[in-house]
Amino acid sequence: MADAKVVGIDLGTTNSLVAYMQGDKPVVIPGVDGVNLVPSVVALDPVQEGSNGRPTVTVGNSARKALIETPERVIYSVKRLMGRGLDEVRSELKLFPFRLADDVEAGEVPRIQLGELRFTPPEISAYVLRQLKRNAERFFGAPVSQAVITVPAYFNDAQRQATKDAGRMAGLEVLRLVNEPTAAALAYGLDRSNVGTIAVYDLGGGTFDISILKLNDGIFEVQSTNGDTHLGGDDIDNLLLAIALDEIYAEHGVDLRSHPGAVQALRKNAIDAKIRLSSESSASFDIELPNGDRYQREIPREVFEMLIEPVLARTAAPCKQAMTDAHITPEQIDEVVLVGGSTRIPAVRKLVDELFKLSARGKKAHTELNPDEVVALGAAVQADILGGASKSTEELLLLDVTPLSLGIEALGGVVAKIIQRNSTIPASATEHFTTGVDGQTNVAIHVVQGERELAADCRSLARFDLKGIPPMMAGLPRIEVKFLIDADGILQVSAREQRSGKQAEIEVKPTYGLTDEQVEGMILDSFDHAEEDFAKRLLIEARVEAESDLAKVDQAKTNPAWQRLAGEEQAAIGAAEDKLIQAKAGDDAAAIRDARVALDQATRRLAELMMDAAVTDAIRGKTMNEAGEVLSDNISAPHPMAAAEFK
Amino acid sequence: MMKVLDSAIPIACWSCSVGHNESTLFCPHCSKIQPPPSGDYFTVFSLEPKLNIDLAALEQEFHRLSRRLHPDRFARAGEQEREWSLADTALLNDAYRTLKEPLRRTEYLLKRSGAEIGEEHSGKDRRDPSRAPADLLEEVFDLNMQLEEMRMARAAGETDAELEKSLAEAKKKFDGLLEDVDRDLRAQWNAWDEGGEAERKAAQNTMVALLDRRRYLSNLVRDVTETLGA
Repeated sequence: MADAKVVGIDLGTTNSLVAYMQGDKPVVIPGVDGVNLVPSVVALDPVQEGSNGRPTVTVGNSARKALIETPERVIYSVKRLMGRGLDEVRSELKLFPFRLADDVEAGEVPRIQLGELRFTPPEISAYVLRQLKRNAERFFGAPVSQAVITVPAYFNDAQRQATKDAGRMAGLEVLRLVNEPTAAALAYGLDRSNVGTIAVYDLGGGTFDISILKLNDGIFEVQSTNGDTHLGGDDIDNLLLAIALDEIYAEHGVDLRSHPGAVQALRKNAIDAKIRLSSESSASFDIELPNGDRYQREIPREVFEMLIEPVLARTAAPCKQAMTDAHITPEQIDEVVLVGGSTRIPAVRKLVDELFKLSARGKKAHTELNPDEVVALGAAVQADILGGASKSTEELLLLDVTPLSLGIEALGGVVAKIIQRNSTIPASATEHFTTGVDGQTNVAIHVVQGERELAADCRSLARFDLKGIPPMMAGLPRIEVKFLIDADGILQVSAREQRSGKQAEIEVKPTYGLTDEQVEGMILDSFDHAEEDFAKRLLIEARVEAESDLAKVDQAKTNPAWQRLAGEEQAAIGAAEDKLIQAKAGDDAAAIRDARVALDQATRRLAELMMDAAVTDAIRGKTMNEAGEVLSDNISAPHPMAAAEFK
Repeated sequence: MMKVLDSAIPIACWSCSVGHNESTLFCPHCSKIQPPPSGDYFTVFSLEPKLNIDLAALEQEFHRLSRRLHPDRFARAGEQEREWSLADTALLNDAYRTLKEPLRRTEYLLKRSGAEIGEEHSGKDRRDPSRAPADLLEEVFDLNMQLEEMRMARAAGETDAELEKSLAEAKKKFDGLLEDVDRDLRAQWNAWDEGGEAERKAAQNTMVALLDRRRYLSNLVRDVTETLGA
């Protein structure tokens, strides 16, 4: 398994992607449908007879379709719930149509009710990761078991741990968690010999990050990072949605909130409008209400920009703080990189331009790489670095920082900071503790993350109970505790009683998070998809795909275009079909794949003819403008069998 | 007291078994990574314990060592080497962070030489005017009054432009005092690095006092900044 591929995964709020290093270039691996982006949406399939109660789920685009029909069985944006406590999840759920399980107790990892079952956020993310893993396995025709996964730079310890847990549940060894803005810098920095200071502004679906890095001869050294794990495109969608819901109630007397399917349709309207407003001066809502009325609403771009101004303004303070922490002024920043789908919004670009004084200095923010894909591409580069065998990345090294200060609760609830924010990781601190009472054998340590003065205002990370201290007079034991933040930004703790030299026993109670045993019990593939089943699964998938290809060709034969083919072209297609049918009957997945590629090639001209016919049909009797709209709506798939391309 | 003889005991490399006297990050014989060495932050960079250091050379050495030690380089290594890489890199990063900042470096080196340096005061403690440097007692007292007034005004939802202006001026003044302290500290570096025992001792005492003054001032400035920015 020495040459087994390590993949890079961007586990996003809205969309997720998997990428790998092809030679010296990172590329995204498409899904079965030929699309690179896998929506981070998970739908619980209807329970089927004879499935012995095991849940099956659908992930991605097909799950998104279920959103309108069976919204109570679908979940999206689950990244916002990762590593969060009950109260936080409760307030988050006010904006989303998900339901907490009734039996969740304080101190537990919250579970979401999906149909008749309950899932923790890491489990849901694990389903998305498993889908990406399978996409990669399908693409390579070989198992994939190791990955680099990206997280928002401003994720805290619990959110990072939850992401790592999700990886483990999906059957992936997570070799490294990489911060999203840093990954983006890596993707951009790969093909230039950059020396200088760059800022990465990353506004995604649910999180905002700003990172400032110094590039020097292949070393990417993060100087500072800041952000908001509660700020992104979702907030803009929710804003538009709330306005529409209010207006619908006021004008039509319909409270859509009691119609989850309709809310989802409206949300889709809002997202479409938002996207259109990035290129057009106006967009509109148009939706039929349950009572038969129509809600129509025009949103000019100026109104949209006024609406979202407060959301965008919230990205300014973290940017300024990051510059202060890095001891630099906007003028000292050489390049700015834009990451995340929300940076397509012109108002965002304008804000970035002002924040970093770009056009005033004759500069422009970098948008050359697709802002939806750049993080996954960077993750693939980091995966290649960790693989260690590649010439193109051997000179590269990422030095990242911890986004939040680590502290211990001291007397009076005050925080004693032991590792400052923006310290390069791995970082460590050693502290000494003693007892306050004669014969005391336990010492409790409360570790928090955050910048505030009082522990109660910081985020509780864990409580460590040092046990088995030899009974001594108060103040005599000397317990040395080593706190270490590893390269994933996750805390590790070890302790030693120095007078007895005994390794002290530590019991860790994570404030938010699953125990090792709980994670173990949630591993998705532990029962039904063991590694040895891999070949079998590949074969089944290949057969299903072959069947779908054959059906498409049958369908195509009823198209007038079929008659326009020459006799020998038709015969060639027939022969390719026969070959595929034969291969499908056998047990060789690779043979099926080859036969599919052959059929794909044989039908290429047929597909072109069909496409031409569709174009002619679509634009008949329309103005050029109308035709453009029709085309962009209907003819997005370049080829009926685009997914059949294998490497 | 028992003398620590750590550095004189030959350590055998775990990989090639060749003994080496120095506690080091890499085996001098086979270049394999070693467990975290004993010794201080200066020895990590093979530097003399001095206050004046060449920052460009420090950064270069930091990058060179990072390339060899970082956990990214050991992702496919055995568990033991991975663990050492993590511990060694943490040590390297801690050392670099401490040495590159003039203040942290000064505190670290003075503490290492046995000087008693106060811990970071936090909470109410740090606002205690009785800890103020004697020459600033009166000003600190006034400033604390104003801060309190400001907080009360803020809590009541009022704004007091005059008070704000006066606080901003005070901040500017204390910022200037901080700069003075930094300059005074730097002025002692040569005496500490190069001086004889008596000269060195005097420089050390001066710096300890300056560091105490600095800590008080910077807490004060932070309070003012927080109150103004709230």
